[in-house]
Amino acid sequence: MDFEALAMEGGFARPVLEAQSAFRALMDALARPGTSMAGFPVPGPPAPLSPEAGAVALALCDPDTPIWLDAAMREENAVAAWLGFHTGAPIVAHAAEAHFAFVADPGDLIGLENFAQGSQDYPDRSATLVLQVASLEGGPALRLAGPGIETERAIAPRPLPRHFARQWEQNNARFPRGIDVLLVCREGLIGLPRTVRIHQQEG
Amino acid sequence: MNAHAENIAQYNFAYLDEQTKRMIRRAILKAIAIPGYQVPFASREMPMPYGWGTGGVQVTASIIGPDDVLKVIDQGSDDTTNAVSIRAFFQKVAEVAVTTETGKASIIQTRHRIPEEPLKAGQVLVYQVPIPEPLRFLEPRETETRKMHALEEYGLMHVKLYEDIAQHGHIATTYAYPVKVEGRYVMDPSPTPKFDNPKMHMSAALQLFGAGREKRIYAIPPYTRVESLDFEDHPFEVQTFDQPCALCGGAGVYLDEVVLDDAGGRMFVCSDTDYCEKRQAEGHAGPTGSPGEGEVQ
Ligand SMILES: [Zn+2]
Repeated sequence: MDFEALAMEGGFARPVLEAQSAFRALMDALARPGTSMAGFPVPGPPAPLSPEAGAVALALCDPDTPIWLDAAMREENAVAAWLGFHTGAPIVAHAAEAHFAFVADPGDLIGLENFAQGSQDYPDRSATLVLQVASLEGGPALRLAGPGIETERAIAPRPLPRHFARQWEQNNARFPRGIDVLLVCREGLIGLPRTVRIHQQEG
Repeated sequence: MNAHAENIAQYNFAYLDEQTKRMIRRAILKAIAIPGYQVPFASREMPMPYGWGTGGVQVTASIIGPDDVLKVIDQGSDDTTNAVSIRAFFQKVAEVAVTTETGKASIIQTRHRIPEEPLKAGQVLVYQVPIPEPLRFLEPRETETRKMHALEEYGLMHVKLYEDIAQHGHIATTYAYPVKVEGRYVMDPSPTPKFDNPKMHMSAALQLFGAGREKRIYAIPPYTRVESLDFEDHPFEVQTFDQPCALCGGAGVYLDEVVLDDAGGRMFVCSDTDYCEKRQAEGHAGPTGSPGEGEVQ
């Protein structure tokens, strides 16, 4: 009973308007890469799924969008149960089948190339990775450029997937194929669409 | 309980059901991530006929919220039947605030124009698109055009433009003039005059395009390169007008010809009515009523 109750609770208090508001934060985040979006409504999902990642799930996921969970997320059955109850999205074991991936432990993430990259004809058939980071500050300094950025923008989220700058360069090289990333934490949300170019500053 | 009742009441906020909005929202995010690429989506029937901007209406319905301020223009005007109907639709289904002032709108839905007043960061321009595929008139088969985009094979488009030059001495296309987005996808800017093409380049606003009948959504993120296709010996040029707006004296803006009487009297006035009215309110005046001699080049 407790388990079921946990799964059923913690959705958006006002689903329609809060989903709209969360979506606008996501849209702005991807339209202006590197700019932190904050102040959008969040639900109360079971740990380790964070409220901000939960907001992404409720805004975008449904039975048409298979979800992949990393090991830390899979360890708590309540996460899959909550996502299943509130979104109806199937949970898949193979990363390549997922439209969305929710990652509690980005530092331990499998290589980005394991996720759906879309095809040259349909590059939109690709995965969006939601990475729960500890902070948007204090990590290695990254300089961003590309569509949505007037000149340049600097971010320093942590932790990130191993060799992230190099993996991202490979992601860029696959364009128009490729994955898109959303970095989420309590401070807010940052979008990294596949078009953004990332330069990691040395030292 | 109250929340539940509220949710039922809001289920059809902005007309579309939640599952449709989610599907369109996902398509919009992909469109932003792949600038200029046409994302397929499952277009819904809307309470208005195709040709009335059902694609743009679905995009607006999927992004709009209670805090938005909506402006709707058709050929630059807030007062045409199409613009008035769409504005009234969103007032009814989303109880959203509306405006005719470009600077005060958070979302601007448009058919055939980009406002003269430069758009700002945070604004969203939603275009109504009849035919999203810029290669459609050259290659009717969807499978073939998709392949051309995939392989970045745009030679056919250049051939078409060059035939224009051979025939007319210049590129005759004045509307829906094709652009290349961020150096990759060739895109149809919708039937805007080519005069507006430079406004798309490095705009501070997010530009979203919705084609209802053809079920495509595409986007230009803010600060994205948008180049009109041209040739070294025939560079892209916008239309110029050899006289200012007859009402507000505005120059360097897009003008419409207005016929004044049966005797052939006519004048040229701003197509952007908000821009024109604002200038007149500021005390600017043009040579009102003078017979128009200007030609659209
Ligand atoms: Zn005027």
